[in-house]
Amino acid sequence: MVIYGTALLSLCLLAGMLAGEALGWLMGVETNVGGVGIAMLLLMVVTDKLKSARRLRPATDEGVLYWSAIYVPIIVAMAASQDVARAMSGGAAAIVAGVLVVAVAFALVPVVGRIGRPAPTTESGEEA
Amino acid sequence: MTELLNELQLALTSYALVTAFALVGLTVLVSYWFSRRFTAGRVHGSAIAIMIGLAMAYVGGVMTGGSKGVADFPMLAGVGLMGGAMLRDLAIVATAFGVRMEEFRSTGLSGVVSLLAGMVSAFIIGGIVAYVAGYRDAVSVTTIAAGAATFIVGPVTGSALGASSDVIALSIAVGLVKAVVVMIGTPFVAKYIGLDNPRSALIFGGLVGTTSGVAGGLAATDAKLVPYGAMTATFYTGIGCLLGPSLFYMVIRALLGP
Repeated sequence: MVIYGTALLSLCLLAGMLAGEALGWLMGVETNVGGVGIAMLLLMVVTDKLKSARRLRPATDEGVLYWSAIYVPIIVAMAASQDVARAMSGGAAAIVAGVLVVAVAFALVPVVGRIGRPAPTTESGEEA
Repeated sequence: MTELLNELQLALTSYALVTAFALVGLTVLVSYWFSRRFTAGRVHGSAIAIMIGLAMAYVGGVMTGGSKGVADFPMLAGVGLMGGAMLRDLAIVATAFGVRMEEFRSTGLSGVVSLLAGMVSAFIIGGIVAYVAGYRDAVSVTTIAAGAATFIVGPVTGSALGASSDVIALSIAVGLVKAVVVMIGTPFVAKYIGLDNPRSALIFGGLVGTTSGVAGGLAATDAKLVPYGAMTATFYTGIGCLLGPSLFYMVIRALLGP
């Protein structure tokens, strides 16, 4: 049944959100910490277990795959409901800060990529 | 005739989510057509769709004065539901379906490094820009710097430190600009920063951090990379809210005085 897949996905998200809230509470911040990430890990582990036990039917898969396939349109809707007008009205400081911080983050992607590359060396120590 | 239009408006409003599906579907259709016809597929259809979405959001915000883009038009309220946190998170989690655990295990360290590097660089740049813009007190500088992390870290840090409301508003604006720039810019720089494999997507998510930016930027680049970037980005805002009002505030106060 397709709904089994969607229900499984929903349960993973709810459990992840709950764990994220608990993590935030433990850290003393009023926000969810990693809820979506925990939910993703849960979904991976649970579906992996079900698959190896041959308990996951193709119809169940479809209940998850639909939401994965609808991801891009949902992101388009998300873009269309952002407060872009406010972003643009923040003045030069907001735009300069926003653009600079993104430029640096982009530039750091290959740099950090080099630092943690799984190399044959066991422990490279502090210097890099 | 006006009666017919009223009926139509009523139908579109009461079936808001269905209206959103139709509108977004048409937007995607036009975008993919545009991508093939005018860019020979070089600019990804989803990148164009996201840009159209942002442009519509701008127009909606200016016309209605609201904060939810086109979703502030009653007829298009469903776009807000479709693109809101609930369905967005459901779809992001769904993208993890079929991903193998091993792909995450080998990148654990770089995920942590990217989160810390992204956070520290955002606070440094945000802080410098705030200082240059004329803010000299530690609370304001920290709040604006926190906005350079994400548009949630900014106001959370600001209210924890007791920043003034115009400073909090500016920190939100910085975070929103960041999200928009990431959504538009990612597909164009992806090639140059090696953003074409799960590992670099994971690092990208940790460095950039803003969930909507990462989700949109990766969707416009290669939807297969989404689960990896989303995984690290999901921790960014929480860690930012933890470090902003504590460690980063103490450092900035030590530099600027109270």
